[in-house]
Amino acid sequence: MSTVPDIAKDASTVPAFRVARSTRVHRFVLVVSVAIVVALASVPWWAEVSVARTMVTFFTLLALAQMWNLLAGYAGLVSIGQQAYIGLGAYGLWLIGDVLGLHPFIAVFAAGLLALAVALPVAPLIFRLRGGYFSIGTWVIAEIVRLVVSNIQATGGGSGKTVLSAARLPIDTRITGTYLLALFVAVGSILLVYFLLRSRTGLALTAIRDNDIAAQSSGVNVFRSKLFVWAVAAFVCGVIGAVVALNLLRIQPAAAFSINWTAYALFIVVIGGFGTIEGPLIGAVIYFALLQSLSQYGTLYMLLLGIVAVIMATVAPKGIWGFVEKRWNVRLFPVSRRLLIEAPPPDEEPEPAEETDVSVATSV
Amino acid sequence: MTVVLETTGLMKSFGGVQVIDDLSMQLNDGEALGIVGPNGAGKTTLFNLITGVYRPDAGRVMFGGRDITGLPRQDRCVAGIGRTFQIPKPFSDMSVFENVLVCAAYGRKMTERASYQRCVETLELTRLTHKANQRAGSLPLLDRKRLELARALAVDPKVLLLDEIAGGLTEGEVEVLIGTIKDLHAEGYSIVWIEHIVHALLAVVQRIVAISFGRNLIEGDPNDVMCSDEVQACYMGGTPI
Repeated sequence: MSTVPDIAKDASTVPAFRVARSTRVHRFVLVVSVAIVVALASVPWWAEVSVARTMVTFFTLLALAQMWNLLAGYAGLVSIGQQAYIGLGAYGLWLIGDVLGLHPFIAVFAAGLLALAVALPVAPLIFRLRGGYFSIGTWVIAEIVRLVVSNIQATGGGSGKTVLSAARLPIDTRITGTYLLALFVAVGSILLVYFLLRSRTGLALTAIRDNDIAAQSSGVNVFRSKLFVWAVAAFVCGVIGAVVALNLLRIQPAAAFSINWTAYALFIVVIGGFGTIEGPLIGAVIYFALLQSLSQYGTLYMLLLGIVAVIMATVAPKGIWGFVEKRWNVRLFPVSRRLLIEAPPPDEEPEPAEETDVSVATSV
Repeated sequence: MTVVLETTGLMKSFGGVQVIDDLSMQLNDGEALGIVGPNGAGKTTLFNLITGVYRPDAGRVMFGGRDITGLPRQDRCVAGIGRTFQIPKPFSDMSVFENVLVCAAYGRKMTERASYQRCVETLELTRLTHKANQRAGSLPLLDRKRLELARALAVDPKVLLLDEIAGGLTEGEVEVLIGTIKDLHAEGYSIVWIEHIVHALLAVVQRIVAISFGRNLIEGDPNDVMCSDEVQACYMGGTPI
């Protein structure tokens, strides 16, 4: 592989450099994050069942928001039809757990494959549409899936199904297992997005986020990148749907395929911050706090959520994290790359960084 | 002399407007070619047809002896066509270094690490090294133009398409840019340069193609073309030829 290009045959013109990824801040964030995850993992052993169940809802919303952000914030796929894959995952749990007899905790992941199996043939169809047409198209697909499922007798028609294989599990096992699975899905989806963005693929996705025309002119296969994200999001949404069904034990087509799923995700990402990993995280916490404190006001609660969304869109269009990042120039997740010149010309000063990934000596 | 890039009989219309009307041009290996023409003559559309943003209604685009008329945009970049946009299109929320890295990694089908070296060389050449970690969206115009050039170079192109890269710059900045483009030409890059700043063009190119209403007007020696009756009439008015 020849990496020596023709523009600088004279190696002395190129300074020695290295590329750094993380800094001291990121190491601190890592330690804190691990501590939080460990603390969260212990919840089922000391908290009440209702707390664990509420947290499952939070985790699923967080994972859903991460996936929606990956789709809309990075790949520019503003889907309002992710409920199709949530619902398919929920029914997948029933199908694989109750009908095929797999253990429900394993069926959760197999359910993701069912969602993926539907998402892949849909992609070439739906990717022909652009912008708003794409969004509407995804919704139409979701409605078609809902109608088909609610008209099949075997899946219980409009009244749905109870996940018996999960209901028959010992209650402690079920509650703890569901909780840990939900936590795993939430943390897993954050890590998935993180490692994806850090990779070469992430470079392409971030470029597509910023300008897809220029990305394509730079050699990025935009279609393939989008297809990849579409598939990942469908699989994870399927798993999320299965976890939700595991938590509720009851699947009804109207609820499982409700557009509210996408609406929650959209709200979380919009207030938290589009196109960042931190945004959906913060957005999910805020949304959940609002949900817990305002839900007693009934219909007024929907109104208040709407007002919050409108205010955020006008005051901080890039969400809370977009505002924070611009103001203090911080990132919790080291997905960017910093070029550090080892022997700098006098007018520049490299900033301190640790964990150097690559060192390249230019004395070839 | 071998021809690296050639368009024959290109046609393109948008709605009822014929933007490109039987346009043909050739670029020889190692040549610097200028393209001039009034606003709306179809210069940028020509680039968009060469790079695959649009498909022509008729005609062919040949690159390195290969018909690329139907090739997807990203594959034309990989094949060796580097392009700068008239209005810079940086990846705004990525750093300057990452902007160049996208092109060096994807434009050459290489791993990220194998692309670092190319990036630093490109940044050095375009004098952007000291701004490598800045947000691309925060750059002033000259640096955005430099970044456009850096990204086009990072893909290791055989042919560079420069779209009004000197537009909007001060006289001093234009001089610096002329120097850089001359250097690139001396390195052996074949260049097609669309420019309204005529003296910049005359300082670099060996041949000029003038187009008007999407048609070939006249081509040849830069000074002859600029002084020709056709070009004078086209820009200053007078009797159309």
